[in-house]
This record gives sequence, structure tokens and C-alpha cells, in this order.
Amino acid sequence: MQLTNRSKQVDRRPMNWAEKMYMPAILKGMKITLGHFFKKKVTINFPEETRPFSPVFRGLHILNRDEEGRENCTACGLCAVACPAEAITMDAAERLPGEENLYREEKYAAKYEINMLRCIFCGLCEEACPKDAIYLTETFAPANYSRKSFIYGKDNLVIPDPKKDPEGYKKAKGLIDERKAKANQQTA
Amino acid sequence: MNTILLAIDLPLVLEKVILIALVVTVSMVVAMYATWGERKVAAFIQDRLGPNRAGPLGLFQPLADGLKLFMKEEIIPNASNKVLFILGPSLAMLTALLTSAVIPWGDKIEMFGRTISLQIADVNIGILYVFGVVSLGVYGIMIGAWASNNKFSLMGGVRAASQIISYELAMGLSLIALLMTTGTLSLSEMVHQQQTGWWNVIKQPVGFFIFLICAFAECNRTPFDLAEAENELIGGYHSEFSSMKLGFYLFSEYINMFISSAIMATLYFGGYDIIPFYDESAWGLSTNLMALLGFLALFVKILVLIFVFMWVRWTIPRFRYDQLMNLGWKSLIPISLVWMLITAVFILATR
Repeated sequence: MQLTNRSKQVDRRPMNWAEKMYMPAILKGMKITLGHFFKKKVTINFPEETRPFSPVFRGLHILNRDEEGRENCTACGLCAVACPAEAITMDAAERLPGEENLYREEKYAAKYEINMLRCIFCGLCEEACPKDAIYLTETFAPANYSRKSFIYGKDNLVIPDPKKDPEGYKKAKGLIDERKAKANQQTA
Repeated sequence: MNTILLAIDLPLVLEKVILIALVVTVSMVVAMYATWGERKVAAFIQDRLGPNRAGPLGLFQPLADGLKLFMKEEIIPNASNKVLFILGPSLAMLTALLTSAVIPWGDKIEMFGRTISLQIADVNIGILYVFGVVSLGVYGIMIGAWASNNKFSLMGGVRAASQIISYELAMGLSLIALLMTTGTLSLSEMVHQQQTGWWNVIKQPVGFFIFLICAFAECNRTPFDLAEAENELIGGYHSEFSSMKLGFYLFSEYINMFISSAIMATLYFGGYDIIPFYDESAWGLSTNLMALLGFLALFVKILVLIFVFMWVRWTIPRFRYDQLMNLGWKSLIPISLVWMLITAVFILATR
């Protein structure tokens, strides 16, 4: 029964004299390999070149600050609730007088940890966040020798303070803006 | 006491020693970089880039490979024949290098008031010498294979021996046709003929083709590398070898490739002749410059032929053993016999 018209009849004729010497087939093969010799190579020289990410790529998280360097996160716990892998834990604390320059609202996350071994990088935390605090970036967790080092605390997650490291802050903000633009493109 | 002192021409001895050292060094370096070239060609044919980490373009890769082989543990199996086990790779290397003695690497040069021939030994039976040494080459493989005291090694050695005997016949017959047209056994004489007249490949296309196929077989290169067929014989004749003894076997393959390319360039592509159908002496360049240009021309021809070796290797899979024997005995030998007859008839008819 013929299913498609792409099937080919196998040639079962006995080989002729030249074919017995394999020469026609070999010359044909050599033509093909010579063609490949001059083709563009598919290799990407990894450390120097990197493969471009897909626009919706989701990598490591960062925690946002506003222009004055105050942390956005209020430890509401919506991200932890949204997380299907239960990778996020946090401890909330109340802002004390004199800490207004550190935290934007009266409540803040004293401890905020993401277990990068549990995380499935689904981005639901990002969607759940009402305070514009958590974003996923285009970097992924580097290899490490211990499991413990894959639990990222606030020191790994919060972006640089604009007062101490304006350059780093600008770069991190750029990443966030890019991500927002891409998200808008997706929905539009 | 009457001792008869043989008159030894010391400068001649010195000249030959330097020339031998140079030729051996060049063969070694070319063989070394042939491994790099092989990997590059393989990569390019497979749409990859090949070694590019060690130095610019990966040019230090052969050094790293060599260092690795030297550092490896030297294992001599307990049940092996120790003397022959060491003799095997040494013989393979030796015979690979011996052939270079009769190849004319260039025209004569003038230096220190002497005329120096760029051929180590201009023997008038050059071709016969090449043949003798090339057939010795299989002894290195056979001795090493037998001394390993390993069934798979022995199988590899036996395969190598029968393969080389089969293909040497066709190779010899194709050469007879060449000898009938040139009328000489001396390699330098053949080059002289080609310098003024046609390159032999034009007179002997079929002969060259058969010679090329047999050269692949003699060098134990794919598609004829049944002696080391990994998927059937582990590593074939070199299964038991490690460290630089294995290195010698692998290296001698590349030297063989270089030398047989040189022989093919000399026999069929005019040796150090630069342009066919053209008398280069009309340029009026000095002897030394002409010799240098001639050597470069020969070198380019050799490199092109080495590329063909690699190109074929990375195109064709290995033959089955019956296919190999059928090709050798039922195709190549009859064709070369017929070609020999055609050549003979042509020579008689045009006389």
C-alpha cells in the first residue's frame, strides 16, 4: 500500500563493471564532501561566542531596587505561593525607624532564598509579584562543587545599590527594562 | 705494514649527513603537521572547525599530542615477545623513513664552491629500491602484531600482510607501464624527462589511478585500513601498544603518506618541475633560486596529494575484507594488465 509519494524503489540490478570498482559512488561521495569542506561551519566557539538566547529565555532571578536604592520586595509571599517547585522561602521583618532609605515599604524580607536546584525557571514568581520586585535574567546558574552554593540568598539576588555602584545598578536596570519590553512584545 | 687508505671524500660525507638530517626532519615535521591537517580536514568535511585551542589555529596541537603520548605509561604485555614487541614499531618507523633516500627533492644547488645534489642517493634503480622498502614496511606491522601475543593483533597483522601483497601486484604492474614509457628506473632521470616533456600523469592516467589506489592500500589508510579495524579487531595490530610505541605506529602512517605522496609527485607530476610544457630555465634565475622554487613546487604537489589522501579517508567508509580482495584481484590487476598491454602496443606502433 502506498502511503506517500516520496517512497523510492530500491535499485536491485546487479552492479555493472564500473560499479563493481565502486568508482562512481566514491567520486560522487568525494564531490559531496568537498562541498561540505567549503560550507559555513556550524560550530560556535563557546567562551568567545555564545548562542543567542530565545527572547523568552528565563534564567537566574534578581531582586529589584528603586532609583533611591530601596528594596522593592515587601515579603508578601505571593512568589513563594506561586512557585510550583517550592524553591522560594523568605522571612519577613518590620522596617525600623531610620531604615527608610533601605526598604521602600514598612515590611521587608529579612531573608529571601531561592534554591536554584529546585527552581524550574517557569517565571511564575515574576508574574505573581505585585511590587515589581523579582525578575528573571538571561544568565544561568554556573556549575559548582557544593549543593549549598546553589541556594541563592539576598546577597546574590538583590541588584547593586545605585549610591554605591551606579554602573552595576544601571546594568541591572537595563536587563529588567529589556525583559519588560520583551514581555510587552509577547502580549501585544 | 701496507695499509691501503680508501680515499674518503669528507665534504661529500658531511654534505650527505646534513642532507639526511634535513630530509628526516622535514618528513617528521610534515608528518606531525599532517596529523593536525588530518583533524582540520576531517572537521571541515564534517562542518566543524577542528582543533583551534592550542596556539593560533590550533597549530601547537601536534606538540600537545606528542607530549601526551610521551607521558603515557609504557606497557609491555607479560606474554609478549619483548624484543620483537619493541622491534615492530621501530621497523615501521625505519622503513617509513628509508624510502626518502632516493627521492630527488630538488635540482642541484651550488654552495661553498660545490655542486650539491638534493637527492640523498641517486641510484639508477631508484624505483626498485622504493618497492623493496615499501614491501618491508609490512614487516613492522606483522612483527608487532605477532609479538603482542593477542588474537586480534595477529588478525590485524595477517590482514595487513595479505592486503599489501595483493595491492603490491597491481602497483607493480601499473609501474611497469610507466617504466615502459620512460625507459628508466632512476627517479632523477624520470624527473629530467618530465621537466622537458609531458608529465607522466598525462601519458599514464590509468596507471596513475591504479598507483594512487594501491598507495592508499600500502599506507593502510581508509578505505583500506582493515588491519586496524576498530569495530572488529579492537585496535588491530596496535591493540597492545601504548605510549610512544603506539605513537611510532601512528606516526609512521603519516610519514608513509608523506613519502608516497612524494613518490607519486615524482613519478607522475614532474617532481620538482614547476610548470608543465614549459622550460623554466628561460627565466634566467640563478641555480640556487631555481632549486628552491623547484623544491617548493614539489612540496606543494605533495601537500595536494596528502589532501587527497585525507579527503578520501573522510569520504569513504572501510571496505569489507571480501570487497577489498575482489577490488584488488578482480579489478585492479586485470585493469593494470590491460593498461600495460595498451601501453606496449602504443609504444610499438609509434616507434
